[in-house]
Amino acid sequence: MVQSSGARLNASFAALSDATRRGILEHVGRADTSITDLAEKFHMTLTGMKKHVGVLEKIGLVATKKVGRVRTCKLGPRQLEQETAWIESYHELWASRFDELDRVVEELKHKEKVDGRKQRE
Amino acid sequence: MDASRESDPVKNRTTTERKSERELVVTRTVNGPARLVFEAWTKAELFKRWWVPKSYGLTLLSCEMDVRVGRQYRLVFRHEDSTMAFFGTYLEVTPHSRLVWTNEEGDNGTTITTVTFEDNAGKTLLVVHDLYPSKEAIDSGSTGAMPEALDQLDELLASLGSSTETQ
Repeated sequence: MVQSSGARLNASFAALSDATRRGILEHVGRADTSITDLAEKFHMTLTGMKKHVGVLEKIGLVATKKVGRVRTCKLGPRQLEQETAWIESYHELWASRFDELDRVVEELKHKEKVDGRKQRE
Repeated sequence: MDASRESDPVKNRTTTERKSERELVVTRTVNGPARLVFEAWTKAELFKRWWVPKSYGLTLLSCEMDVRVGRQYRLVFRHEDSTMAFFGTYLEVTPHSRLVWTNEEGDNGTTITTVTFEDNAGKTLLVVHDLYPSKEAIDSGSTGAMPEALDQLDELLASLGSSTETQ
């Protein structure tokens, strides 16, 4: 894996490994929210919340927009595709697993044939 | 977009479907009798050979499985500098036909995985059913058959793979 991908991976991994940030995503997913409201909701200082939102914004999971004096958070471009992407990756994972499982089962069948023994259920 | 997908038609088809707000179901036929397929799911030395696809860049550090009702499994993986543990309890163990276990590593509740093995003329239809603790857990992919960290890793690896690799 090239370094830049590795760095991106680590950044995303780190961003989502935090329970508060996952909570923020869930919250923002239900309705656009101001940073002030989020700070209250998560019992956090405004500065603390800005940091969390900043991390999510950097990797495209949240987008913010300043209207007047209020900065509003909404889902970012990556978040919108999250469910589909997740189920797709889940499917790919299982498809890959089953391909490997095929090999293991083939080997067991072969071994059983060679051993010439029959087990009964 | 339709959540159901199909894989390479040359191999047996894997289907994935979101059955309800809290359920995902994966099916696949394996060309072998249920007793051998069941063996591959319940013996650690076999299980660890297929559970983590090689292309995922993960190292399985340990795999302990005590496949009896009420007993535990624990898998530990390493990816780059981090390690992740996956663990849970077997709720049902019916040889050659049914396995049920919990996935307890997530912080949003427990996902329950049920696998059925249906023997049909020397082939086995596998049905993997995941029941998530909440709709949100599926929507966000934040808990599940894989711990949340790996879910995210999956997605990221998939997106990195499609943009930077051909193999």
